[in-house]
Amino acid sequence: MDNLNIAGREYTSRLLVGTGKYQDFEQTRLAVEASGAEIVTVAIRRTNIGQDASQPSLLDALPPSKYTYLPNTAGCYSADDAVRTLRLARELLDGHELVKLEVLGDPKSLYPNVIETIKAAEVLIKEGFKVMVYTSDDPIIAKQLEQMGCVAVMPLASLIGSGMGILNPWNLQIIINEAKVPVIVDAGVGTASDAAIAMELGCAGVLMNTAIAGAHNPVLMASAMNKAVQAGREAYLAGRMPKKIYTASPSSPTSGVIGT
Amino acid sequence: MKLIELTINGAAKRFPQSMNVAQLVVELNLVGKRIAIERNGDIVPRSQFEAVALASGDQLEIVVAVGGG
Repeated sequence: MDNLNIAGREYTSRLLVGTGKYQDFEQTRLAVEASGAEIVTVAIRRTNIGQDASQPSLLDALPPSKYTYLPNTAGCYSADDAVRTLRLARELLDGHELVKLEVLGDPKSLYPNVIETIKAAEVLIKEGFKVMVYTSDDPIIAKQLEQMGCVAVMPLASLIGSGMGILNPWNLQIIINEAKVPVIVDAGVGTASDAAIAMELGCAGVLMNTAIAGAHNPVLMASAMNKAVQAGREAYLAGRMPKKIYTASPSSPTSGVIGT
Repeated sequence: MKLIELTINGAAKRFPQSMNVAQLVVELNLVGKRIAIERNGDIVPRSQFEAVALASGDQLEIVVAVGGG
């Protein structure tokens, strides 16, 4: 089986999805199901004091018994906030250690602050967390994060929520070629072909949220992404034919053409 | 009986008497809700809710899991 292995655990799906920006929990549930994802990211936020405790929660829509939760630190702008958030997440999820570390540098671009990211990763790894790390597409930083002990390196394809697709396949290729841990494209995918391209480059997986939640029909797009990731993976494993610029090669026999 | 003032999720809240974390959870109507609590920067494990007494000036963060990327 061609499984995705993260921190010693096997997953059959190489698509990881976020759970934000959906209309309601029912749409979240349907989209996640259609995506085939086994790993779902969640955010950790202050509870509304005074809210009815019996209100449905995300955990009812996506039972942690069925999905691997990946608590993230989206919205954190310092190593300290990110570490505190994930300690709370670990307590919230009964000692769960697999986490997504994301330390942002700027609210406008949501570009990662790699210096704070590295600081946070150091502390978290020491405390036993299994860190999947969101980072820029800088191959040197990606390598450094891997060497520190991050269990997956997750470079952006383009800015979070931009849907701009894969803007620098060359950097991603360098990161993939050098990596010994799974490289997962996180952020920037806009449509199914972007996901397929990421997988054809040799990414171990793709993580996305807005591309699905922001589609006109999120459930249908989730299904499209499911297929795109599988198609891209198969194409990568199959090994594409070499590109032959200026040397066309017909698929049909050159002899026996009528009239010659 | 002494009045205590806690900062919960950034907002000041007064309570008529001192209490432990478990009592605060009841007071805030959070029983049965999946939450995690940090007190003055340190996690309060669920198993310690009864044992940890709150003091005036404590800074508390009470969080839940929500949809996110």
